Amino acid sequence: MRRRDFLITSVRLAGGAGLGSVLGAGRAGATAAMMQEAIRQTLGTGPVVPGRVKLGIPPLVENGNTVPVTVTVDSPMTETDHVSAIHVFNEKNPQPYVIGMSLGPRAGRAVVSTRIKLADSQQVIAIAQMSDGSLWSDTVHVIVTIAACVEGNP
Amino acid sequence: MAPPMARTLINVPKVARRGALIEIKTLIAHPMESGYRVGTNGQVIPRDIITDFVCLYEGEEIFRARFSPAVAANPFLAFSTIATRSGTIAFRWTGDNGFAASETVTLTVEG
Amino acid sequence: MERVALCLALNCALMAAVPAAAAAASMPAAERRSGADVMGPELRAMQDDDAANPAGLWLLDGQALWDRKVGRAAKSCAECHGTVEASMTGVAGRYPALVHGRLVDLEQRINLCRTARQQAPPLAWEGHDLLALSALLARASRGLPISPSASPALRPFLVTGRRIFLRRQGQLNLSCAECHDDNWGRHLGGAVIPQGHPTGYPLYRLEWQSLGSLQRRLRNCMAGMRAEPYPYGAKQAVSLELYLMWRARGMRIDAPAVRP
Repeated sequence: MRRRDFLITSVRLAGGAGLGSVLGAGRAGATAAMMQEAIRQTLGTGPVVPGRVKLGIPPLVENGNTVPVTVTVDSPMTETDHVSAIHVFNEKNPQPYVIGMSLGPRAGRAVVSTRIKLADSQQVIAIAQMSDGSLWSDTVHVIVTIAACVEGNP
Repeated sequence: MAPPMARTLINVPKVARRGALIEIKTLIAHPMESGYRVGTNGQVIPRDIITDFVCLYEGEEIFRARFSPAVAANPFLAFSTIATRSGTIAFRWTGDNGFAASETVTLTVEG
Repeated sequence: MERVALCLALNCALMAAVPAAAAAASMPAAERRSGADVMGPELRAMQDDDAANPAGLWLLDGQALWDRKVGRAAKSCAECHGTVEASMTGVAGRYPALVHGRLVDLEQRINLCRTARQQAPPLAWEGHDLLALSALLARASRGLPISPSASPALRPFLVTGRRIFLRRQGQLNLSCAECHDDNWGRHLGGAVIPQGHPTGYPLYRLEWQSLGSLQRRLRNCMAGMRAEPYPYGAKQAVSLELYLMWRARGMRIDAPAVRP
């Protein structure tokens, strides 16, 4: 995907210009269908094949505020054969898009880490876009536990 | 006068062999307010997030990220690059409400 | 070695002064588990990697504050104390401690220096600067054991703290001991009940998405129990801190920690 396209679609999906801010707490979250639509909008209608990608994410999360994520993609990362982008989507947050990262042969290896928020137990999918345009993925079902003691203000 | 908040914590080796893989870790202080939380007054807390991150190695982009509100507070990113030549690695974050932060580190490449 | 033996003997003497039931109920050393032990490997890795632990952002600020001249005395911490490593190693594990007959915790001790030596206004409770400095000091004790003083002068505060820990309170009529002594390891909702040892303070709590002090955590606990939390710096709060540190004596400090 060309860099410009990557940016434009991810702006739309990430709720650029504060779209997300008008949504209140009562709004229903994303659904599996919304997630599929977001994937289609970002990456086109090509087949997304499970494989070559490992989505490292704890299957049981102690706190959904900060969930460590590492995406590893099996790729030689050469000029002619490399990962050009990694995208993460989710099923039940208010928005289906989580993060998009663009890489290239200078990365040396396709391993990226970050921390994300998960609103509820749900499927999380990482999709790698290769330099030849092919799409590969890994999906993990994550259980998010909630703190038992409800806290007041500090 | 209180010191300004430290914005970033960057971890890059100072020295690397030419052709070696180097790991880069970045942390930046930011609440990443999603825009979905309701405050104690019953009002939605307005969205305030970092939206973009870019890393340039001697002026050339080597990594870019686009954040949604689902990126956790105090965003952490770890990625890698091949040490090609000595020079500057620059990091830049931009986001809502005119947020902008940047850092540079110097990498010495030997061999 | 002799000094250790003396400390142990004094500790025994101190505990002999505490009612027998209290000493018997204290958690045996072999049974003590840090909150880090029940965390998943990803959170433990976040805590142990200085380049990935979010508390690192506060540590940077703490170091800047340590070196900065402040107050009417225009003094920095460094001017009197030198480097943090040279002067503060082991210090965090000995607080709360008695200063001129008053029990103070680490944050209060920092403010005593601020006001008396630097002639600067005290730093606000749970403010960024106070957290940054206490994180810096706590980090200097990472890996060392919690070592409350064995001084008999601490006894009344220890007894108070223990009484608070055992007392049923709040609308739920729960005591700290009921969860953290009697039911640790079991589930409350989706979460595992920890033993509640303060080995990692100030710590980055995912629930807060920020660094916070032990007193903040205790206030949250008490609010969760539907009990009235103690104000910051209240005598009872510091006495409870002392009791918790005594209850965790010998455990390794892992501050600034990460916790869910």
